[in-house]
Amino acid sequence: MADKTFAEINAKIRAGKAVVLTAEELVQLVAEKGVGPAAKEVDVVTTGTFGPMCSSGAYFNFGHSAPRIKFHRVWLNGIPAATGFAAVDAFVGATALPEDDPLNTNHPGEFRYGGGHVIEDFVAGRPVRMKAAGYGTDCYPRRELETTVKLDDLNEAVLFNPRNAYQNYACAVNTGPRTLYTYMGVLKPGLGNAHYSTSGQLSPLLKDPYFRTIGIGTRIFLGGGTGYVVWNGTQHFPGIPALPEGAPPVPAGGTLAVLGDLKQMSPKWLRGTSMLGYGATLTVGIGIPVPILNEEICYYASRPDSDLYAPIIDYAEAYPNRKPGTLGQVSYAALKSGVINLNDKQVLTAPVSSYHKAREISATLKQWLLEGKFLLGEPVQLLPGPDAGIKPKSLEIRGSGRRNG
Amino acid sequence: MAPNKIVLRFPASISDKPIIFHLVKDYDLMINILKAHINPHKEGTMVLEVEGSRAEDGLGFLRDQGVVVQPLTEEIVWNEDQCTHCGACTAICPTRALYIERPAMLVHFDSEACVICQLCVRACPMRAIEVRF
Repeated sequence: MADKTFAEINAKIRAGKAVVLTAEELVQLVAEKGVGPAAKEVDVVTTGTFGPMCSSGAYFNFGHSAPRIKFHRVWLNGIPAATGFAAVDAFVGATALPEDDPLNTNHPGEFRYGGGHVIEDFVAGRPVRMKAAGYGTDCYPRRELETTVKLDDLNEAVLFNPRNAYQNYACAVNTGPRTLYTYMGVLKPGLGNAHYSTSGQLSPLLKDPYFRTIGIGTRIFLGGGTGYVVWNGTQHFPGIPALPEGAPPVPAGGTLAVLGDLKQMSPKWLRGTSMLGYGATLTVGIGIPVPILNEEICYYASRPDSDLYAPIIDYAEAYPNRKPGTLGQVSYAALKSGVINLNDKQVLTAPVSSYHKAREISATLKQWLLEGKFLLGEPVQLLPGPDAGIKPKSLEIRGSGRRNG
Repeated sequence: MAPNKIVLRFPASISDKPIIFHLVKDYDLMINILKAHINPHKEGTMVLEVEGSRAEDGLGFLRDQGVVVQPLTEEIVWNEDQCTHCGACTAICPTRALYIERPAMLVHFDSEACVICQLCVRACPMRAIEVRF
């Protein structure tokens, strides 16, 4: 079979003739008919994920006040935003916290409001209280301002997430003697529970694991609006992990940097999130269309939960101390059953990302494609895959006496 | 008699005395301790489920000992419209009152099974669960 092209598939989408399936539906079709016939029949497969993604944020241009100010410090609903750009640009990160937040002084801290909640408030059209401080210049004389702004008042509001949509993620457990409060939720001692945070067979980067179709310019569902893959995400380390015998060689470790117009998005798909004892973050909805250009792409896009594995990581000891090693691998089919067997113990599992919402995203993106209002974005450059051999670097702690140069 | 959830408050003067066992031994009650806590002032609080024909006599005994007996009026409210069905509350819920329905992967709440431990209230990343009094 000759490969299909992005242009051919887009022509079918425009004509309302494209065959679009969600990744769940493709899993079923391939189980019934096989990869070859499915690859011929299907044009696009839609994926979805809806989970906390800390490396998220938004930048804004607020317009100029009279007299003008050059932001030295900015707070949005009490959350400090990053300045250091031009006069009235600022960036708020999803995990930013109020300067007077008690944090973890009364452990575990609640982190009820943070940068992710500011982004949700803006997207919901709620008024946001803004304070800014300047130091006064001849061109920007104002030294302070306090006002209320809404999303519609701003010139630009752009969601720009440096690392989203982790290809695969840990199944987090706690072998220690005390309860742990982590970004993977509350982990009970002595393997009291196991938390995972990937939509498995619906997860975008597990469905194009070798980056055969995803790259710079890929058009995506982002926060309920249209967004784009603009670069690889930070900590993009695609590689093939240790997997159980017989499992297909599905890479892990890839990530995406994504961007989109916040004004198109919806608070349903961007939710401020509070992780007890850890901090605030943003739960982001992402869906990526995978064009079925050939059989190989179809094969990987159709891998079911039973073929996809998460590494089991101990958050009592290994994770915080950056010690290598896992407690094994577990399939998403087992994780989704609600209980896994670990060290001869029945351990209850729970997701931290919503499979229900991931399914809704994949169905919504499918609908957009069927209606012809969403076309595939052909990447100007694919992202590096496992062949690129990217190796993680770590931060070494050096003595204070040592100087550079 | 239907199970009866009550809150007991023990003054510091009796919080170190064996009292609850009398409910079993002398009043033939079936008890289920749902929560027990002693604060730094040595005052105790206990949430108890009591079942048996002599429950009222047993509670009278507790009152005679200086224990304040109140009905449990707290309830956990799960705000479904705030819930994203992530599931982060389900494996930490000790009684499976919060659980995932499969294969739909939807979170449900069974208030009958809830023992008001309140672990879920702060563990919910969306703060969709609250306690009402």
